[in-house]
Amino acid sequence: MAMQFYASPEQVQRDRSEYARKGIARGRSAVVLTYEGGILLVAENITTLRKISEIYDKIGFAAVGRYNEFESLRRAGIRMADVNGYSYDRRDVTGRFLANAYTQTLGAIFTETQKPYEVEICIAQVGSSPETDELYRITYDGSVMDEPGFMAMGGQAEAISSVLREGHDPAADLPTALALAAKALGSVGGENGATRKLDSKQLEVAVLDRRRKGRAFRRIHGQPLITLLEGLETVAEKDLGDVDAAPPPPAADGKPTVSAASEQDVASKPAATDKPEAADPAEPADGVNGDGS
Amino acid sequence: MAKDFDPSGRVPDYYVNAGTSSFTQFLTHASPELLPGRRPLPPGLSADIAPHGTTIVAIATAEGVVMGGDRRATMGNLIASRDIEKVHPADSYSLIGIAGTAGIGIELMRLFQVELEHYEKIEGTMLSTDGKANRLAGMVRGNLGAAMQGLAVVPLFAGYDLSPADPAKVGRIFSFDVAGGLYEETGYDAIGSGSLFAKSALKKKYRAGLSTDDAVRLAVEALYDAADDDTATGGPDLTRKIFPVVMSATANGTHRLTEAEIIAVAEQVVAGRMENPGG
Repeated sequence: MAMQFYASPEQVQRDRSEYARKGIARGRSAVVLTYEGGILLVAENITTLRKISEIYDKIGFAAVGRYNEFESLRRAGIRMADVNGYSYDRRDVTGRFLANAYTQTLGAIFTETQKPYEVEICIAQVGSSPETDELYRITYDGSVMDEPGFMAMGGQAEAISSVLREGHDPAADLPTALALAAKALGSVGGENGATRKLDSKQLEVAVLDRRRKGRAFRRIHGQPLITLLEGLETVAEKDLGDVDAAPPPPAADGKPTVSAASEQDVASKPAATDKPEAADPAEPADGVNGDGS
Repeated sequence: MAKDFDPSGRVPDYYVNAGTSSFTQFLTHASPELLPGRRPLPPGLSADIAPHGTTIVAIATAEGVVMGGDRRATMGNLIASRDIEKVHPADSYSLIGIAGTAGIGIELMRLFQVELEHYEKIEGTMLSTDGKANRLAGMVRGNLGAAMQGLAVVPLFAGYDLSPADPAKVGRIFSFDVAGGLYEETGYDAIGSGSLFAKSALKKKYRAGLSTDDAVRLAVEALYDAADDDTATGGPDLTRKIFPVVMSATANGTHRLTEAEIIAVAEQVVAGRMENPGG
Protein backbone atom coordinates (compact mmCIF):
# COMPACT_ATOMS: atom_id res chain seq x y z
CA MET A 1 0.00 0.00 0.00
CA ALA A 2 1.33 3.40 -0.91
CA MET A 3 2.34 5.67 1.95
CA GLN A 4 0.13 8.69 2.38
CA PHE A 5 2.39 11.68 2.98
CA TYR A 6 1.23 14.31 5.41
CA ALA A 7 0.47 17.72 3.99
CA SER A 8 -0.67 20.49 6.29
CA PRO A 9 -4.04 22.10 5.53
CA GLU A 10 -2.27 25.39 4.92
CA GLN A 11 -0.06 23.77 2.33
CA VAL A 12 -3.04 22.14 0.60
CA GLN A 13 -4.91 25.44 0.44
CA ARG A 14 -1.87 27.26 -0.85
CA ASP A 15 -1.28 24.69 -3.55
CA ARG A 16 -4.88 24.83 -4.68
CA SER A 17 -4.88 28.63 -4.71
CA GLU A 18 -1.74 28.74 -6.73
CA TYR A 19 -3.11 26.21 -9.16
CA ALA A 20 -6.33 28.18 -9.63
CA ARG A 21 -4.56 31.51 -9.92
CA LYS A 22 -2.21 30.19 -12.57
CA GLY A 23 -5.09 28.81 -14.57
CA ILE A 24 -6.96 32.11 -14.46
CA ALA A 25 -3.88 34.16 -15.30
CA ARG A 26 -3.37 32.24 -18.54
CA GLY A 27 -6.67 33.41 -20.01
CA ARG A 28 -7.64 36.74 -21.46
CA SER A 29 -9.21 39.32 -19.20
CA ALA A 30 -12.60 40.94 -18.76
CA VAL A 31 -13.71 44.22 -17.24
CA VAL A 32 -17.04 45.42 -15.88
CA LEU A 33 -17.76 49.05 -15.15
CA THR A 34 -20.68 51.33 -14.50
CA TYR A 35 -21.46 54.29 -16.72
CA GLU A 36 -24.22 56.83 -16.83
CA GLY A 37 -26.59 54.63 -18.84
CA GLY A 38 -25.98 51.32 -17.11
CA ILE A 39 -23.28 48.72 -16.69
CA LEU A 40 -20.80 47.85 -19.42
CA LEU A 41 -19.35 44.34 -19.62
CA VAL A 42 -16.37 43.83 -21.92
CA ALA A 43 -14.27 40.71 -22.40
CA GLU A 44 -11.34 40.20 -24.67
CA ASN A 45 -12.56 37.26 -26.71
CA ILE A 46 -11.87 36.30 -30.30
CA THR A 47 -14.01 33.18 -30.27
CA THR A 48 -17.75 32.76 -30.60
CA LEU A 49 -17.85 31.04 -27.20
CA ARG A 50 -19.14 33.56 -24.74
CA LYS A 51 -17.78 34.90 -21.51
CA ILE A 52 -20.61 37.37 -20.97
CA SER A 53 -24.24 36.42 -20.55
CA GLU A 54 -27.64 37.54 -19.43
CA ILE A 55 -28.86 35.98 -16.19
CA TYR A 56 -32.08 37.88 -15.51
CA ASP A 57 -33.87 41.16 -16.08
CA LYS A 58 -31.29 43.39 -14.38
CA ILE A 59 -28.50 40.89 -13.87
CA GLY A 60 -25.54 40.10 -16.09
CA PHE A 61 -22.69 37.64 -15.82
CA ALA A 62 -19.06 37.87 -16.89
CA ALA A 63 -16.36 35.30 -16.30
CA VAL A 64 -12.76 34.47 -17.03
CA GLY A 65 -10.88 31.22 -16.69
CA ARG A 66 -11.76 27.73 -17.78
CA TYR A 67 -14.70 27.69 -20.17
CA ASN A 68 -16.40 24.44 -19.11
CA GLU A 69 -16.35 25.51 -15.48
CA PHE A 70 -17.78 28.99 -15.80
CA GLU A 71 -20.27 27.78 -18.39
CA SER A 72 -21.73 25.36 -15.86
CA LEU A 73 -21.86 28.18 -13.29
CA ARG A 74 -23.59 30.40 -15.83
CA ARG A 75 -26.25 27.76 -16.46
CA ALA A 76 -26.72 27.31 -12.74
CA GLY A 77 -27.22 31.06 -12.35
CA ILE A 78 -29.84 31.22 -15.07
CA ARG A 79 -31.63 28.21 -13.61
CA MET A 80 -31.64 29.59 -10.07
CA ALA A 81 -32.84 32.98 -11.27
CA ASP A 82 -35.61 31.50 -13.41
CA VAL A 83 -36.82 29.14 -10.68
CA ASN A 84 -36.98 32.01 -8.20
CA GLY A 85 -38.57 34.41 -10.63
CA TYR A 86 -41.15 31.81 -11.59
CA SER A 87 -42.09 30.80 -8.07
CA TYR A 88 -42.10 34.34 -6.64
CA ASP A 89 -41.99 37.37 -8.88
CA ARG A 90 -39.53 38.80 -11.40
CA ARG A 91 -38.62 41.59 -8.97
CA ASP A 92 -37.59 39.06 -6.31
CA VAL A 93 -34.51 37.89 -8.19
CA THR A 94 -31.50 39.84 -6.92
CA GLY A 95 -27.80 39.93 -7.62
CA ARG A 96 -27.02 39.37 -3.96
CA PHE A 97 -28.98 36.11 -3.94
CA LEU A 98 -26.96 34.86 -6.89
CA ALA A 99 -23.66 36.08 -5.46
CA ASN A 100 -24.44 34.15 -2.26
CA ALA A 101 -25.21 30.97 -4.16
CA TYR A 102 -22.01 31.29 -6.20
CA THR A 103 -19.81 31.99 -3.22
CA GLN A 104 -21.19 28.96 -1.37
CA THR A 105 -20.70 26.74 -4.38
CA LEU A 106 -17.21 27.89 -5.26
CA GLY A 107 -16.19 27.79 -1.60
CA ALA A 108 -17.38 24.20 -1.25
CA ILE A 109 -15.68 23.15 -4.47
CA PHE A 110 -12.45 24.77 -3.34
CA THR A 111 -12.30 23.01 0.02
CA GLU A 112 -13.81 19.66 -0.87
CA THR A 113 -12.49 18.68 -4.25
CA GLN A 114 -9.02 17.87 -5.48
CA LYS A 115 -9.09 20.46 -8.22
CA PRO A 116 -10.54 23.91 -7.56
CA TYR A 117 -12.42 25.74 -10.31
CA GLU A 118 -10.09 28.00 -12.29
CA VAL A 119 -12.60 30.79 -12.68
CA GLU A 120 -13.38 34.27 -11.53
CA ILE A 121 -16.87 35.61 -12.11
CA CYS A 122 -18.72 38.86 -11.87
CA ILE A 123 -22.40 39.26 -11.12
CA ALA A 124 -23.58 42.72 -12.10
CA GLN A 125 -26.95 44.13 -11.20
CA VAL A 126 -28.00 47.40 -12.76
CA GLY A 127 -29.96 49.90 -10.67
CA SER A 128 -31.73 53.15 -11.39
CA SER A 129 -28.51 55.17 -10.98
CA PRO A 130 -24.75 54.37 -10.93
CA GLU A 131 -24.82 54.57 -7.12
CA THR A 132 -27.33 51.73 -6.89
CA ASP A 133 -25.49 49.41 -9.28
CA GLU A 134 -24.06 46.30 -7.68
CA LEU A 135 -20.94 44.49 -8.83
CA TYR A 136 -19.92 41.28 -7.10
CA ARG A 137 -16.63 39.60 -7.77
CA ILE A 138 -16.57 35.93 -6.81
CA THR A 139 -13.22 34.18 -6.96
CA TYR A 140 -12.16 30.53 -7.25
CA ASP A 141 -12.09 30.01 -3.45
CA GLY A 142 -15.56 31.41 -2.86
CA SER A 143 -14.51 34.84 -1.64
CA VAL A 144 -16.93 37.52 -2.64
CA MET A 145 -16.23 41.23 -2.94
CA ASP A 146 -18.58 44.09 -3.57
CA GLU A 147 -16.71 46.22 -6.09
CA PRO A 148 -17.05 50.00 -6.26
CA GLY A 149 -18.16 50.74 -9.80
CA PHE A 150 -15.52 48.90 -11.80
CA MET A 151 -13.57 45.66 -11.75
CA ALA A 152 -11.11 43.67 -13.81
CA MET A 153 -10.69 39.90 -13.85
CA GLY A 154 -8.20 37.48 -15.38
CA GLY A 155 -4.49 37.66 -16.12
CA GLN A 156 -2.82 40.89 -15.01
CA ALA A 157 -6.04 42.11 -13.46
CA GLU A 158 -4.06 44.45 -11.22
CA ALA A 159 -2.56 46.37 -14.12
CA ILE A 160 -5.89 46.59 -15.91
CA SER A 161 -7.60 47.65 -12.73
CA SER A 162 -5.20 50.54 -12.19
CA VAL A 163 -6.01 51.91 -15.66
CA LEU A 164 -9.70 51.66 -14.80
CA ARG A 165 -9.16 53.32 -11.43
CA GLU A 166 -7.53 56.33 -13.08
CA GLY A 167 -10.10 56.76 -15.78
CA HIS A 168 -13.39 55.55 -14.34
CA ASP A 169 -16.18 58.07 -14.23
CA PRO A 170 -19.70 56.89 -13.33
CA ALA A 171 -21.12 59.86 -15.26
CA ALA A 172 -19.35 58.92 -18.52
CA ASP A 173 -21.37 58.05 -21.60
CA LEU A 174 -21.19 54.70 -23.40
CA PRO A 175 -18.46 55.51 -25.99
CA THR A 176 -16.23 56.96 -23.27
CA ALA A 177 -16.77 53.98 -20.98
CA LEU A 178 -16.13 51.55 -23.85
CA ALA A 179 -12.97 53.41 -24.85
CA LEU A 180 -11.72 53.15 -21.27
CA ALA A 181 -12.53 49.44 -21.13
CA ALA A 182 -10.72 48.81 -24.44
CA LYS A 183 -7.77 50.88 -23.30
CA ALA A 184 -7.57 49.01 -19.99
CA LEU A 185 -7.72 45.59 -21.67
CA GLY A 186 -5.13 46.72 -24.24
CA SER A 187 -2.78 48.06 -21.59
CA VAL A 188 -1.36 44.60 -21.00
CA GLY A 189 -0.22 41.75 -23.21
CA GLY A 190 1.62 43.81 -25.83
CA GLU A 191 5.16 42.99 -26.92
CA ASN A 192 7.74 44.34 -24.49
CA GLY A 193 5.07 45.97 -22.38
CA ALA A 194 3.63 48.00 -25.25
CA THR A 195 -0.06 48.77 -25.27
CA ARG A 196 -2.34 47.16 -27.83
CA LYS A 197 -5.29 48.63 -29.68
CA LEU A 198 -8.19 46.19 -29.57
CA ASP A 199 -10.74 46.25 -32.38
CA SER A 200 -14.34 45.08 -32.53
CA LYS A 201 -13.34 41.54 -33.53
CA GLN A 202 -11.35 41.06 -30.36
CA LEU A 203 -13.98 42.29 -27.94
CA GLU A 204 -17.17 40.78 -26.61
CA VAL A 205 -19.34 43.64 -25.42
CA ALA A 206 -22.70 43.85 -23.67
CA VAL A 207 -24.55 46.39 -21.59
CA LEU A 208 -27.17 46.29 -18.88
CA ASP A 209 -29.18 49.33 -19.84
CA ARG A 210 -30.65 51.00 -16.78
CA ARG A 211 -33.29 52.89 -18.76
CA ARG A 212 -34.87 49.77 -20.16
CA LYS A 213 -37.88 48.12 -18.59
CA GLY A 214 -37.81 44.34 -18.32
CA ARG A 215 -34.76 42.62 -19.70
CA ALA A 216 -31.91 45.13 -19.60
CA PHE A 217 -29.20 42.98 -21.16
CA ARG A 218 -28.12 43.81 -24.72
CA ARG A 219 -25.22 42.49 -26.70
CA ILE A 220 -23.36 44.96 -28.88
CA HIS A 221 -21.48 43.69 -31.90
CA GLY A 222 -21.03 44.34 -35.59
CA GLN A 223 -21.50 47.83 -36.93
CA PRO A 224 -22.81 49.49 -33.74
CA LEU A 225 -19.74 48.23 -31.88
CA ILE A 226 -17.39 49.58 -34.56
CA THR A 227 -19.15 52.95 -34.42
CA LEU A 228 -18.94 53.03 -30.64
CA LEU A 229 -15.26 52.07 -30.63
CA GLU A 230 -14.44 54.86 -33.03
CA GLY A 231 -15.90 57.09 -30.37
CA LEU A 232 -17.11 59.65 -32.87
CA GLU A 233 -20.74 59.31 -31.99
CA THR A 234 -22.96 57.38 -29.71
CA VAL A 235 -25.29 54.77 -31.15
CA ALA A 236 -29.01 55.34 -31.02
CA GLU A 237 -30.69 53.37 -28.28
CA LYS A 238 -32.83 51.45 -30.72
CA ASP A 239 -29.73 50.17 -32.48
CA LEU A 240 -28.48 48.62 -29.27
CA GLY A 241 -30.57 45.55 -29.87
CA ASP A 242 -33.92 46.59 -28.52
CA VAL A 243 -36.43 43.78 -28.29
CA ASP A 244 -38.68 46.20 -30.10
CA ALA A 245 -36.17 46.96 -32.81
CA ALA A 246 -36.11 45.29 -36.18
CA PRO A 247 -34.74 41.77 -35.93
CA PRO A 248 -31.97 40.59 -38.18
CA PRO A 249 -33.26 39.46 -41.57
CA PRO A 250 -33.45 35.68 -41.83
CA ALA A 251 -30.05 34.22 -42.52
CA ALA A 252 -29.79 32.98 -46.08
CA ASP A 253 -27.88 29.88 -45.15
CA GLY A 254 -30.61 28.53 -42.93
CA LYS A 255 -28.67 29.13 -39.75
CA PRO A 256 -30.93 29.74 -36.80
CA THR A 257 -31.65 33.41 -36.46
CA VAL A 258 -30.77 34.90 -33.15
CA SER A 259 -33.24 36.79 -31.04
CA ALA A 260 -33.18 40.51 -30.75
CA ALA A 261 -33.29 40.12 -27.02
CA SER A 262 -30.08 38.24 -26.67
CA GLU A 263 -28.39 39.43 -29.79
CA GLN A 264 -28.69 42.46 -31.89
CA ASP A 265 -28.14 43.67 -35.38
CA VAL A 266 -29.01 46.75 -37.30
CA ALA A 267 -31.56 46.10 -39.97
CA SER A 268 -29.26 47.25 -42.72
CA LYS A 269 -26.80 44.44 -42.18
CA PRO A 270 -27.52 40.77 -42.69
CA ALA A 271 -27.06 38.68 -39.58
CA ALA A 272 -24.64 36.22 -41.07
CA THR A 273 -21.97 38.79 -41.88
CA ASP A 274 -22.41 40.63 -38.65
CA LYS A 275 -21.31 37.83 -36.42
CA PRO A 276 -17.68 37.57 -35.48
CA GLU A 277 -15.96 35.14 -37.78
CA ALA A 278 -15.91 31.62 -36.47
CA ALA A 279 -12.48 30.73 -35.25
CA ASP A 280 -10.18 29.60 -37.99
CA PRO A 281 -9.92 25.81 -37.79
CA ALA A 282 -6.15 26.09 -37.99
CA GLU A 283 -6.17 28.21 -34.91
CA PRO A 284 -7.32 26.45 -31.74
CA ALA A 285 -10.39 28.08 -30.30
CA ASP A 286 -8.82 28.44 -26.93
CA GLY A 287 -9.54 32.06 -26.23
CA VAL A 288 -11.72 31.32 -23.27
CA ASN A 289 -10.28 28.08 -22.03
CA GLY A 290 -7.59 29.45 -19.84
CA ASP A 291 -5.11 27.02 -21.30
CA GLY A 292 -2.47 29.10 -22.84
CA SER A 293 -4.47 31.66 -24.74
CA MET B 1 -36.92 20.43 -1.51
CA ALA B 2 -34.88 18.84 1.28
CA LYS B 3 -32.30 17.67 -1.20
CA ASP B 4 -31.56 21.32 -2.01
CA PHE B 5 -30.06 21.84 1.42
CA ASP B 6 -26.71 20.19 0.91
CA PRO B 7 -24.73 20.97 4.09
CA SER B 8 -21.71 22.02 2.05
CA GLY B 9 -23.79 24.88 0.67
CA ARG B 10 -23.11 23.82 -2.90
CA VAL B 11 -25.71 24.37 -5.53
CA PRO B 12 -27.20 20.92 -6.28
CA ASP B 13 -25.60 19.05 -9.16
CA TYR B 14 -28.59 19.25 -11.47
CA TYR B 15 -28.23 23.04 -11.48
CA VAL B 16 -24.64 22.87 -12.63
CA ASN B 17 -24.60 20.00 -15.11
CA ALA B 18 -25.02 20.52 -18.83
CA GLY B 19 -28.41 18.79 -18.70
CA THR B 20 -31.25 20.39 -20.55
CA SER B 21 -32.06 23.80 -21.99
CA SER B 22 -35.73 23.35 -21.14
CA PHE B 23 -37.05 24.99 -18.02
CA THR B 24 -39.94 22.54 -17.53
CA GLN B 25 -37.62 19.60 -17.88
CA PHE B 26 -35.27 21.19 -15.38
CA LEU B 27 -38.12 21.73 -12.93
CA THR B 28 -38.87 17.99 -12.91
CA HIS B 29 -35.54 17.66 -11.04
CA ALA B 30 -35.41 20.92 -9.13
CA SER B 31 -38.97 21.63 -8.00
CA PRO B 32 -41.49 19.18 -9.43
CA GLU B 33 -44.20 20.69 -7.21
CA LEU B 34 -44.08 23.83 -9.39
CA LEU B 35 -45.10 21.90 -12.48
CA PRO B 36 -48.74 21.70 -13.50
CA GLY B 37 -50.34 18.44 -14.48
CA ARG B 38 -48.87 16.30 -11.69
CA ARG B 39 -51.29 17.11 -8.92
CA PRO B 40 -53.64 14.33 -7.90
CA LEU B 41 -57.25 15.33 -8.51
CA PRO B 42 -60.24 13.89 -6.70
CA PRO B 43 -62.36 11.69 -8.94
CA GLY B 44 -65.37 13.16 -10.69
CA LEU B 45 -66.00 16.21 -12.77
CA SER B 46 -64.90 19.54 -11.37
CA ALA B 47 -65.67 21.83 -14.28
CA ASP B 48 -67.44 24.59 -12.37
CA ILE B 49 -65.05 25.14 -9.48
CA ALA B 50 -62.97 27.83 -11.18
CA PRO B 51 -63.46 30.63 -13.70
CA HIS B 52 -63.30 29.93 -17.41
CA GLY B 53 -61.73 32.19 -19.96
CA THR B 54 -63.56 32.52 -23.24
CA THR B 55 -62.92 33.79 -26.76
CA ILE B 56 -59.56 34.45 -28.44
CA VAL B 57 -59.02 35.24 -32.14
CA ALA B 58 -55.81 35.36 -34.17
CA ILE B 59 -55.33 36.69 -37.69
CA ALA B 60 -52.28 36.42 -39.95
CA THR B 61 -51.36 39.68 -41.67
CA ALA B 62 -48.86 40.77 -44.29
CA GLU B 63 -46.56 41.95 -41.50
CA GLY B 64 -47.07 39.22 -38.90
CA VAL B 65 -50.02 38.35 -36.70
CA VAL B 66 -52.71 40.03 -34.62
CA MET B 67 -54.31 38.37 -31.62
CA GLY B 68 -57.26 39.61 -29.61
CA GLY B 69 -59.22 38.36 -26.63
CA ASP B 70 -62.33 39.48 -24.83
CA ARG B 71 -62.13 40.32 -21.13
CA ARG B 72 -64.70 38.03 -19.59
CA ALA B 73 -64.25 35.01 -17.34
CA THR B 74 -67.30 32.99 -16.28
CA MET B 75 -68.22 30.46 -13.63
CA GLY B 76 -71.34 28.68 -14.75
CA ASN B 77 -73.93 31.40 -15.24
CA LEU B 78 -71.95 34.01 -13.31
CA ILE B 79 -69.44 36.49 -14.63
CA ALA B 80 -66.31 35.79 -12.59
CA SER B 81 -64.28 38.64 -14.03
CA ARG B 82 -64.95 41.52 -16.39
CA ASP B 83 -61.37 42.51 -16.99
CA ILE B 84 -59.26 39.36 -17.12
CA GLU B 85 -56.43 39.52 -19.66
CA LYS B 86 -56.09 36.38 -21.74
CA VAL B 87 -53.71 37.48 -24.49
CA HIS B 88 -50.04 37.89 -23.59
CA PRO B 89 -46.68 38.07 -25.29
CA ALA B 90 -44.92 34.69 -25.16
CA ASP B 91 -41.58 36.27 -26.06
CA SER B 92 -40.31 39.12 -28.24
CA TYR B 93 -41.98 37.83 -31.42
CA SER B 94 -44.88 35.62 -30.40
CA LEU B 95 -48.22 35.78 -28.64
CA ILE B 96 -50.25 33.33 -26.61
CA GLY B 97 -53.95 33.41 -25.79
CA ILE B 98 -55.73 31.04 -23.45
CA ALA B 99 -59.25 29.66 -23.22
CA GLY B 100 -60.62 27.22 -20.68
CA THR B 101 -59.95 26.99 -16.95
CA ALA B 102 -58.36 30.36 -16.26
CA GLY B 103 -56.09 29.38 -13.38
CA ILE B 104 -54.51 26.49 -15.25
CA GLY B 105 -54.28 28.57 -18.40
CA ILE B 106 -52.46 31.40 -16.65
CA GLU B 107 -50.04 28.96 -15.07
CA LEU B 108 -49.43 27.33 -18.47
CA MET B 109 -48.82 30.72 -20.04
CA ARG B 110 -46.36 31.86 -17.35
CA LEU B 111 -44.48 28.61 -17.56
CA PHE B 112 -44.34 28.88 -21.35
CA GLN B 113 -42.98 32.42 -21.15
CA VAL B 114 -40.20 31.33 -18.79
CA GLU B 115 -39.58 28.26 -20.95
CA LEU B 116 -38.88 30.41 -24.03
CA GLU B 117 -36.79 32.97 -22.18
CA HIS B 118 -34.83 30.25 -20.39
CA TYR B 119 -33.92 28.52 -23.63
CA GLU B 120 -32.90 31.83 -25.15
CA LYS B 121 -30.61 32.68 -22.26
CA ILE B 122 -29.02 29.24 -21.95
CA GLU B 123 -28.51 28.69 -25.66
CA GLY B 124 -27.99 32.28 -26.77
CA THR B 125 -30.49 31.90 -29.62
CA MET B 126 -34.25 31.90 -29.84
CA LEU B 127 -36.27 28.73 -30.53
CA SER B 128 -37.78 28.48 -34.01
CA THR B 129 -41.49 29.27 -34.25
CA ASP B 130 -42.25 25.59 -34.84
CA GLY B 131 -40.06 24.66 -31.90
CA LYS B 132 -42.03 26.98 -29.64
CA ALA B 133 -45.34 25.54 -30.84
CA ASN B 134 -44.15 21.95 -30.28
CA ARG B 135 -43.01 22.82 -26.80
CA LEU B 136 -46.40 24.34 -26.00
CA ALA B 137 -48.16 21.26 -27.39
CA GLY B 138 -46.17 19.10 -24.99
CA MET B 139 -47.21 21.29 -22.09
CA VAL B 140 -50.90 21.10 -23.06
CA ARG B 141 -50.58 17.31 -23.30
CA GLY B 142 -49.35 17.25 -19.70
CA ASN B 143 -52.70 18.64 -18.63
CA LEU B 144 -54.74 15.86 -20.24
CA GLY B 145 -55.65 14.23 -16.92
CA ALA B 146 -57.08 17.45 -15.52
CA ALA B 147 -58.78 18.18 -18.85
CA MET B 148 -60.66 14.89 -18.65
CA GLN B 149 -62.04 16.00 -15.29
CA GLY B 150 -63.32 19.24 -16.67
CA LEU B 151 -60.31 21.50 -16.09
CA ALA B 152 -59.38 21.77 -19.74
CA VAL B 153 -57.30 24.57 -21.13
CA VAL B 154 -56.52 25.20 -24.79
CA PRO B 155 -54.10 27.88 -25.91
CA LEU B 156 -53.80 29.69 -29.22
CA PHE B 157 -50.27 30.48 -30.29
CA ALA B 158 -49.27 32.94 -33.00
CA GLY B 159 -46.02 34.59 -33.90
CA TYR B 160 -43.89 36.45 -36.36
CA ASP B 161 -41.57 33.86 -37.91
CA LEU B 162 -37.99 35.15 -38.07
CA SER B 163 -36.93 32.48 -40.56
CA PRO B 164 -40.04 31.40 -42.46
CA ALA B 165 -39.93 28.58 -44.98
CA ASP B 166 -42.10 30.73 -47.25
CA PRO B 167 -41.08 34.41 -47.11
CA ALA B 168 -44.67 35.44 -47.84
CA LYS B 169 -45.88 33.66 -44.69
CA VAL B 170 -44.28 35.48 -41.79
CA GLY B 171 -47.38 35.28 -39.59
CA ARG B 172 -47.91 31.80 -38.19
CA ILE B 173 -50.89 30.61 -36.17
CA PHE B 174 -51.07 27.32 -34.25
CA SER B 175 -54.06 25.81 -32.51
CA PHE B 176 -54.11 22.90 -30.07
CA ASP B 177 -56.52 20.33 -28.74
CA VAL B 178 -56.72 19.09 -25.14
CA ALA B 179 -54.73 15.98 -26.04
CA GLY B 180 -51.82 18.12 -27.17
CA GLY B 181 -52.58 17.92 -30.88
CA LEU B 182 -50.88 20.73 -32.78
CA TYR B 183 -52.43 22.20 -35.92
CA GLU B 184 -51.09 25.02 -38.01
CA GLU B 185 -53.91 27.27 -39.17
CA THR B 186 -54.07 29.21 -42.41
CA GLY B 187 -55.08 32.83 -42.20
CA TYR B 188 -57.06 32.97 -38.97
CA ASP B 189 -58.35 30.95 -36.06
CA ALA B 190 -60.37 31.34 -32.88
CA ILE B 191 -60.70 29.36 -29.65
CA GLY B 192 -63.05 29.41 -26.68
CA SER B 193 -66.78 29.36 -26.24
CA GLY B 194 -67.46 32.16 -28.73
CA SER B 195 -65.05 30.81 -31.32
CA LEU B 196 -67.83 29.41 -33.50
CA PHE B 197 -69.28 32.86 -34.07
CA ALA B 198 -65.92 34.62 -34.23
CA LYS B 199 -64.70 32.17 -36.86
CA SER B 200 -67.84 32.62 -38.95
CA ALA B 201 -67.28 36.37 -38.88
CA LEU B 202 -63.62 35.96 -39.81
CA LYS B 203 -64.48 33.55 -42.62
CA LYS B 204 -66.58 36.20 -44.34
CA LYS B 205 -64.26 39.14 -43.76
CA TYR B 206 -60.75 37.70 -43.86
CA ARG B 207 -58.57 38.39 -46.90
CA ALA B 208 -54.98 37.25 -47.30
CA GLY B 209 -52.40 40.01 -46.93
CA LEU B 210 -54.35 42.25 -44.56
CA SER B 211 -52.51 45.15 -42.98
CA THR B 212 -52.04 45.09 -39.20
CA ASP B 213 -54.51 47.95 -38.73
CA ASP B 214 -57.21 46.20 -40.78
CA ALA B 215 -56.59 42.97 -38.88
CA VAL B 216 -56.98 44.78 -35.55
CA ARG B 217 -60.33 46.12 -36.71
CA LEU B 218 -61.34 42.67 -37.94
CA ALA B 219 -60.35 41.06 -34.63
CA VAL B 220 -62.49 43.49 -32.66
CA GLU B 221 -65.40 42.91 -35.09
CA ALA B 222 -65.08 39.15 -34.66
CA LEU B 223 -65.02 39.47 -30.88
CA TYR B 224 -68.11 41.68 -31.08
CA ASP B 225 -69.87 38.98 -33.10
CA ALA B 226 -68.84 36.35 -30.58
CA ALA B 227 -70.15 38.47 -27.71
CA ASP B 228 -73.35 39.03 -29.67
CA ASP B 229 -74.25 35.34 -29.68
CA ASP B 230 -72.29 33.81 -26.81
CA THR B 231 -73.18 34.80 -23.23
CA ALA B 232 -69.74 33.86 -21.96
CA THR B 233 -67.96 36.36 -24.22
CA GLY B 234 -67.87 40.00 -23.23
CA GLY B 235 -68.22 42.79 -25.79
CA PRO B 236 -66.61 46.24 -25.57
CA ASP B 237 -67.78 47.75 -22.27
CA LEU B 238 -68.22 51.45 -23.03
CA THR B 239 -69.52 52.39 -19.58
CA ARG B 240 -66.63 50.87 -17.65
CA LYS B 241 -64.08 51.51 -20.41
CA ILE B 242 -63.12 47.84 -20.64
CA PHE B 243 -62.04 46.86 -24.14
CA PRO B 244 -60.59 43.70 -25.69
CA VAL B 245 -56.86 43.11 -25.36
CA VAL B 246 -55.38 43.21 -28.86
CA MET B 247 -51.72 42.56 -29.57
CA SER B 248 -49.64 42.33 -32.71
CA ALA B 249 -46.35 40.57 -33.43
CA THR B 250 -44.34 41.88 -36.35
CA ALA B 251 -40.73 42.39 -37.37
CA ASN B 252 -40.68 45.17 -34.77
CA GLY B 253 -41.55 42.80 -31.93
CA THR B 254 -44.78 42.49 -30.02
CA HIS B 255 -47.01 45.43 -29.34
CA ARG B 256 -50.09 45.71 -27.20
CA LEU B 257 -52.55 48.28 -28.48
CA THR B 258 -52.59 51.20 -26.09
CA GLU B 259 -55.75 52.24 -24.29
CA ALA B 260 -56.25 55.12 -26.74
CA GLU B 261 -55.69 52.93 -29.81
CA ILE B 262 -58.12 50.23 -28.75
CA ILE B 263 -60.77 52.74 -27.63
CA ALA B 264 -60.68 54.31 -31.09
CA VAL B 265 -61.12 50.96 -32.84
CA ALA B 266 -63.80 49.69 -30.43
CA GLU B 267 -65.80 52.91 -30.74
CA GLN B 268 -65.72 52.66 -34.54
CA VAL B 269 -66.93 49.07 -34.38
CA VAL B 270 -69.73 49.91 -31.95
CA ALA B 271 -70.74 52.93 -34.04
CA GLY B 272 -70.88 50.69 -37.12
CA ARG B 273 -73.16 48.27 -35.31
CA MET B 274 -75.50 51.09 -34.31
CA GLU B 275 -76.39 51.39 -37.99
CA ASN B 276 -76.11 47.73 -38.92
CA PRO B 277 -76.30 45.34 -35.93
CA GLY B 278 -75.17 42.42 -38.08
CA GLY B 279 -71.91 44.15 -39.06
